[in-house]
Amino acid sequence: MPTPILEIRNLQVTFNTPVGPLVAVRGVDIDVHAGEMLAVVGESGSGKSVSFLAAMGLLPRSATVTGSVLLDGQQIVGMSPKQMRSVRGRLMSMIFQDPLSALNPVHRVGAQITEMLRAHSKMSERAANARAVELLEIVGIPQPGDRAMQYPHEFSGGMRQRVVIAMAIANSPKVLIADEPTTALDVTVQAQILEVIQRVQVQFGTAVVLITHDLGVVARVCERVNVMYAGCFVERGNVHGIFEQPTHPYTRGLLASLPQTGVERLVPIAGFPPNMLRPPSGCAFRARCDHAVEACGSAIPPLVPVGESESACIRASELMGRK
Amino acid sequence: MNSPTTSPLLSVRHLVKEFQMKAMRRSGRRKRIVQAVTDVSFDVHRGETLGLVGESGSGKTTVGRCVLRLIEPTAGQVAFDGVDLAQLNFEELRQVRRKMQIVFQDPYASLDPKMTVGASIAEPLVVQGIDGNHEDKVVSLLELVGLSADHARRFPHEFSGGQRQRVGVARALALDPALIVLDEPVSALDVSIQAGVVNLFGDLQQRLGMSYIFIAHDLSVIRHIADRVAVMYLGKIVEIGPAAAVYEHPTHPYTKALLSAVPLPNPRVERARSRIMLEGEIPSPVNPPSGCRFRTRCWKATELCAMQEPTLEIRGHGQLSACHHPEV
Repeated sequence: MPTPILEIRNLQVTFNTPVGPLVAVRGVDIDVHAGEMLAVVGESGSGKSVSFLAAMGLLPRSATVTGSVLLDGQQIVGMSPKQMRSVRGRLMSMIFQDPLSALNPVHRVGAQITEMLRAHSKMSERAANARAVELLEIVGIPQPGDRAMQYPHEFSGGMRQRVVIAMAIANSPKVLIADEPTTALDVTVQAQILEVIQRVQVQFGTAVVLITHDLGVVARVCERVNVMYAGCFVERGNVHGIFEQPTHPYTRGLLASLPQTGVERLVPIAGFPPNMLRPPSGCAFRARCDHAVEACGSAIPPLVPVGESESACIRASELMGRK
Repeated sequence: MNSPTTSPLLSVRHLVKEFQMKAMRRSGRRKRIVQAVTDVSFDVHRGETLGLVGESGSGKTTVGRCVLRLIEPTAGQVAFDGVDLAQLNFEELRQVRRKMQIVFQDPYASLDPKMTVGASIAEPLVVQGIDGNHEDKVVSLLELVGLSADHARRFPHEFSGGQRQRVGVARALALDPALIVLDEPVSALDVSIQAGVVNLFGDLQQRLGMSYIFIAHDLSVIRHIADRVAVMYLGKIVEIGPAAAVYEHPTHPYTKALLSAVPLPNPRVERARSRIMLEGEIPSPVNPPSGCRFRTRCWKATELCAMQEPTLEIRGHGQLSACHHPEV
């Protein structure tokens, strides 16, 4: 296996809140390889976004980040803000759910892409302008020359997200983190944006980390999948393994709760996710799990190989055999 | 299912809603009219669920609001139980409204943060001047939606998203409505929680027999819950019919494209599927295309589509669709 482009080890994020420390991420390990499309799946509050905001150095000062984030061999945790600025946007960029808040309303979109280019390289203004138009063309914006002269409010939601992608890939980063990039878009536009992201991944060999709650999107475009719950990865593996033979009760629960053809009655997961101000001992899912036993409460179970995947359930092999 | 002889509970005919946009003095722009809903007709039968799907700007929410007369329709008739709502005076409308309720997407915004949940649920009873022991009624409503009696004394912020939506449902049920408009009721919820609320809607309908207009952009949820489905595009219904017919045998190109764009949570099926990639985005409702409104994005469009507006016509599997070149 080649060395990963992004290597995260034992990442922990704690927010200091007025009511005490809130542990959002509790020891996350992840390898992202060049050119792959990797999914990080989880529900609200699972820590999926926070993990990568931490890796990007974008968390507020109330957050304490520990562990190791190696990007192309460079340690990111503990970098000075100045060093971080030279990494962000050049080696690794991030796009978000709401493209309007990622764009400056009073500047033309072309100028915003130009700014991104010139922040990281000694490019003449003219060359940068030309490159900005090229980038708009790459992400599929018609009449890119004219569109570059327009303001964000003149673009539709889908077109804005394309502009943000153009900005994110301006300096050919090695890693693109896409945090719910299509959640605010209509399905027909979502299909277009997913295609743009896939094209970037293939054409430029950019590794893409797709953070999403939408398992359909994962099934369409990702190869490896990481399932997150209460600040930990509970399962990871190849997309086919995860969907066809899920090993963790939480993954199984998620899939069973989806409305699918032929399913008469949906099966929700009982209860609620834990309050991370008081994280539970042991497996965080055990309070909602039908298969929990006493041993589940003793320690956070590590990911161990089960079948084709890795599972953080101490009973995974046993339960797989039973099924 | 309902026999065709029973009259529909709700009958909407030629509904039109236009919004006037203010003239912009400085840009010299003249007054413009947004055609949010244009000539929409449909029935809702007793005890059935009509799913209303479409992308943003399709007019599905406006239809829901016009049905309840939360906004005044520009033209058209809405008849509830045989009574044309437009003909009613304020007091008569108030009486009819008891039978029609709505549940919104964001229960946090639709519940008063300073009122206990019990008081919120009892409010419709107070407003309608219904005497009697509201406390018992509130408890039975809470239990009906899967909460318990002691939840009545708590405030909205003490509930999770799924529980809060259940409170919104309990309040909508307080006056024993015959019709509930569900406007994106599960869109804000995580899937593991959403499943429980979707089941609740099904269970309640089975027990109480009310009809739903279920408005959503999530086609999988609609498929699961709806008996019939209406697909909207730019203010018009392009296809309407039994859910199985619309989903299994879509005849309007837009329905076909929309269904093919929904990612299915099954990698093997999803990757083997052919997809129709629609170009561009939904045009402006201020100046909709002539003829068929979908023609600017349609791969089958011909000159005829620009010149003549297609009408809803019956197709092979029992649905109606408005297209000059329907899929077969």
